[in-house]
Amino acid sequence: LQDIRNTVGNIPMEWYQDFPHIGYNLDGKKIYKPIRNKDELDVFLEKMENPDYWRTVQDKMTGADIKLTDEQVDLVHRLQRGQFGDVHFDPYEPAVDFFTHEVMIHPVTNRPADKRSFIPSLIEKEKVSKLVHAIKMGWIKPRKPKDDTPTYYDLWAHEDPNSILGRHKMHVPAPKMKLPGHEESYNPPPEYLLSEEEKLAWEQQEPAERKLNFVPQQYRCLRAVPAYSRFIHERFERCLDLYLCPRQRKMRVNVDPEDLIPKLPKPRDLQPFPTTQALVYRGHTSLVRCLSISPSGQWLVSGSDDCTVRFWEVCTARCMKTLPVGGVVKSVAWNPNPTVCLVAICVEQSVLLVNPCLGDKLLYGATDQVLESYVPPEEERVQPVQWVTATVEEHSKGIRLLIQHSKAVKQVTWHGKGDYFASVVADNSNMQVLIHQTSKRWSQNPFRKSKGLVQCVLFHPIRPYFFVATQRYVRVYNLLKQELTKKLMTNCKWVSSMAIHPGGDNIICGSYDSKLAWFDLDLSTRPYQLLRHHKKALRSVAFHKHYPLFASGSDDGTVIVCHGMVYNDLLQNPLLVPVKVLKGHAMTLDLGVLDVLFHPTQPWVFSSGADGTVRLYT
Amino acid sequence: RYPTFVDALRDLDDALSMCFLFSTFPRTGKCHVQTIQLCRRLAVEFLNYVVASQSLRKVFLSIKGIYYQAEVLGQPITWITPYAFAHDHPTDVDYRVMATFTEFYTTLLGFVNFRLYQSLNLLYPPKIDGQADVEVKPAEGKDYAMDSESYLEKLSALSASLARVVAPTHEDEVEMDEFPVEGETAEQMDARKKEQEALEKHKKLFEGLRFFLNREVPREPLAFIIRCFGGQVSWDKSLCIGATYDVSDPSITHQIVDRPRVEKQVVGRYYLQPQWVFDSVNAKLCLPVADYFPGVLLPPHLSPFVTEQEGDYIPPEKLKLLAMQRGENPDDESEEEEEEEEEEEEEEDNNDKEEEEEEDESEEEMKLKKMEEQKTQSNKALPVKVTAGKLRLEDKQRLEQEQQSEEKRLAIMMMKKREKYLYKKIMFGKKRKVREANKLAAKRKAHDTAVKEEKKKSKKA
Repeated sequence: LQDIRNTVGNIPMEWYQDFPHIGYNLDGKKIYKPIRNKDELDVFLEKMENPDYWRTVQDKMTGADIKLTDEQVDLVHRLQRGQFGDVHFDPYEPAVDFFTHEVMIHPVTNRPADKRSFIPSLIEKEKVSKLVHAIKMGWIKPRKPKDDTPTYYDLWAHEDPNSILGRHKMHVPAPKMKLPGHEESYNPPPEYLLSEEEKLAWEQQEPAERKLNFVPQQYRCLRAVPAYSRFIHERFERCLDLYLCPRQRKMRVNVDPEDLIPKLPKPRDLQPFPTTQALVYRGHTSLVRCLSISPSGQWLVSGSDDCTVRFWEVCTARCMKTLPVGGVVKSVAWNPNPTVCLVAICVEQSVLLVNPCLGDKLLYGATDQVLESYVPPEEERVQPVQWVTATVEEHSKGIRLLIQHSKAVKQVTWHGKGDYFASVVADNSNMQVLIHQTSKRWSQNPFRKSKGLVQCVLFHPIRPYFFVATQRYVRVYNLLKQELTKKLMTNCKWVSSMAIHPGGDNIICGSYDSKLAWFDLDLSTRPYQLLRHHKKALRSVAFHKHYPLFASGSDDGTVIVCHGMVYNDLLQNPLLVPVKVLKGHAMTLDLGVLDVLFHPTQPWVFSSGADGTVRLYT
Repeated sequence: RYPTFVDALRDLDDALSMCFLFSTFPRTGKCHVQTIQLCRRLAVEFLNYVVASQSLRKVFLSIKGIYYQAEVLGQPITWITPYAFAHDHPTDVDYRVMATFTEFYTTLLGFVNFRLYQSLNLLYPPKIDGQADVEVKPAEGKDYAMDSESYLEKLSALSASLARVVAPTHEDEVEMDEFPVEGETAEQMDARKKEQEALEKHKKLFEGLRFFLNREVPREPLAFIIRCFGGQVSWDKSLCIGATYDVSDPSITHQIVDRPRVEKQVVGRYYLQPQWVFDSVNAKLCLPVADYFPGVLLPPHLSPFVTEQEGDYIPPEKLKLLAMQRGENPDDESEEEEEEEEEEEEEEDNNDKEEEEEEDESEEEMKLKKMEEQKTQSNKALPVKVTAGKLRLEDKQRLEQEQQSEEKRLAIMMMKKREKYLYKKIMFGKKRKVREANKLAAKRKAHDTAVKEEKKKSKKA
């Protein structure tokens, strides 16, 4: 072992891990690691088979395996037990006292004292005299006791307003702590104490969410008040707030909420408009989907889901006539021509033209005559629909003509002159919109291509325009030139209904996402104003013929009447003011008002609802 | 950091609270003894200044500690002191941060104190007035403690006035000359004058009164408050240094006790609970003593820091207090209240009647409706009957109000989206406030009725 003593010294042997040698011998030659080719399996086998494995250790300095002898193992055991390494050492030998507390008659050493212990030291004397001299000369000052107490003086004696720097001006002082309220008192009024539930709620809240950071408590007298356990916490949190929280100047919006309300003309000054419910037309047993009124304003027709159409006298709310039609009535439209007494009714796949035989006998007689005077043309033309004359039985009920479509019809609307009418078919093809001519019993399909699901259509009251509302757009077609004039973006998700101002320059669109869009056709193709008055989907919108009024009916059961003044002066924008919220319809099946309609001459509005009634507001 | 003295004063709240907290820390562990001593010294100096300048305005006994508010050079300074108990030192607090803050605060407070003492012509560091010193010394004896220690304790006793640089002359109290500010009307001036007078009166609230503090009462806060308002105060000799007179002194007018019963009462003085002092200071007048006798159930202690705006909930005690400040007699009111209560009961009966009437009306409506339905449903000739209609008086005011509210609602519908959002938010906040106030009022009412019923029961029993 002597010859391969390692000279690397006391260093971590890991440094030689990656080398073939583990150090140098006395001659400076490398000591190579002993060849080790044992893998884990070999190690394991040796562990199992070699009886001396447990006493084999590896010499880190040389890398060699050394088997410990019995003596060495003994030594290890003794050291582990905390005994002395030497076997023969006896730690319990009786001690010999050399010096004891007992005074003995014989001294341990009997050496006489030195002479120098009797005479003062010259060296020390010299040193002391030097110090004394230095102190006398003032070179050294005796150490003063350190005084910790700070000295204060008048710091602000020369307060100079000019010395206020920019940073002082920009300094944001820390907000003061909130002053305590009554609830923090040791003896608060009883209403400030928390009840059991409030206490429970307080405990369940997050500490940061709590409105009060303590539970109000009441003590009978000052003597009973204990220490507040979170006092130091609160001071500490204040310190943290002071130096960790960034400060920011916040401009508080200090507005009077009343100032936010727009100044609108008073509804009182915008009269007339309907204000109160005057009449209720009862009779239908199911939802009343649609309404229409005769041009004279005397008769009202309503179509309902109970498969009947009822004719009412407006002023008396009397049901003059009930016409069972054998299907759900989707739409009714009274011919706007005052000389013709004719109602178009959508029932399932057909449009019925009905003469209600109400009012002037001459008038409805003349209508029948006009219808009967039809002479079929010589050559049969191919038509998208079938025109069928009513049977005798039907004739007695008032039905004059049936126009049978290929699919269900959902809307019918007359042109202002009263000869043409348009019907909308619930379909996805180009056959959705059809225009019919009553006098010639002639139908045509104006569109070659489908532009989406058509919701409703409308004729312009004066000019030859035709409005088609799809889900999101309203397209305006010129019927004479046969071209698309305009495309209005409604900004709504799904248009439900549409109405046009009698002047013809403004359109309102109601949508299922409870918005009402007012378009000024001269202004832009985007809505002039989007009104969100209703809380639920709009079902129907309507304009008044003469008065500057429009109304919207919604699923929330209300009809909102607005004043919509359109000025002749092109520079002045329309003035829209809501003037009345009319309530009356009961909510049924989550539906409220299904249709609204204005009286042609009076400022009255009709509404039909899901509760099976028609109401008149005057 | 503080270019002007007023800036420093504005930032004094936290400094004082922290110094008062640190001065109550034990002299071992947590932080340096010197810091604690310095804090104590500065705090006591500040208290002495407040006593000398009589600038204390409001005090409040909270469950957290005692709040004080002083007005120094027009700046309100509020601080809180903990109740005098040993602290349960929390482990999740970093004392180094607090110590750093305290170091800054002690420096600030030291300079501020110096300036404040100077402004009152007082010596700094403060010295107890010579006369008082002579009085105190023989009583205490020479074997009390080291001079340096007894000095601070004597100072903290707050019983003696401080020495001035210039001997006090009574010419100090010169009446203020009036300088009419432009644009100020005579009324405003009058109001200001009145305010000034009220302030002077407030400062002399306890003048001429001699208090004696029993040993169970927190001495320091009470002595501080009483001295601030011109009262004389003393305590048991064994309790603290600086006692000026004995319990048996016949000139004592008020003795502050906090025990349920007092044996051996001396005639000629009021025995009162400490809350009386606090409430009187906040009310700016000496309150009637009857509510504060020992063992009596105390009236609620209200926070003087709350100024109720319109629409806020005001506790009835505060209303009573405000009435008292206006100079109305509270005794009459309580009688009136009782009468009112009786009246209220009657009113309740009336209300019941009214409700019944309303019910009648609704019943009638129902009848009408039924008739209508019958009419419409069966058009066949029923025997037509005309019932005499009831004359319904229209409340014009109500109608007007309804119309206005409807107009408002309609106008709100026309608001722009962003404004509507803002408006709704503001209104929500307002409504929440009202709701909270209503809740408190309802709670109070429930409590009062419960108490009343209990009273009735006990009376019957």
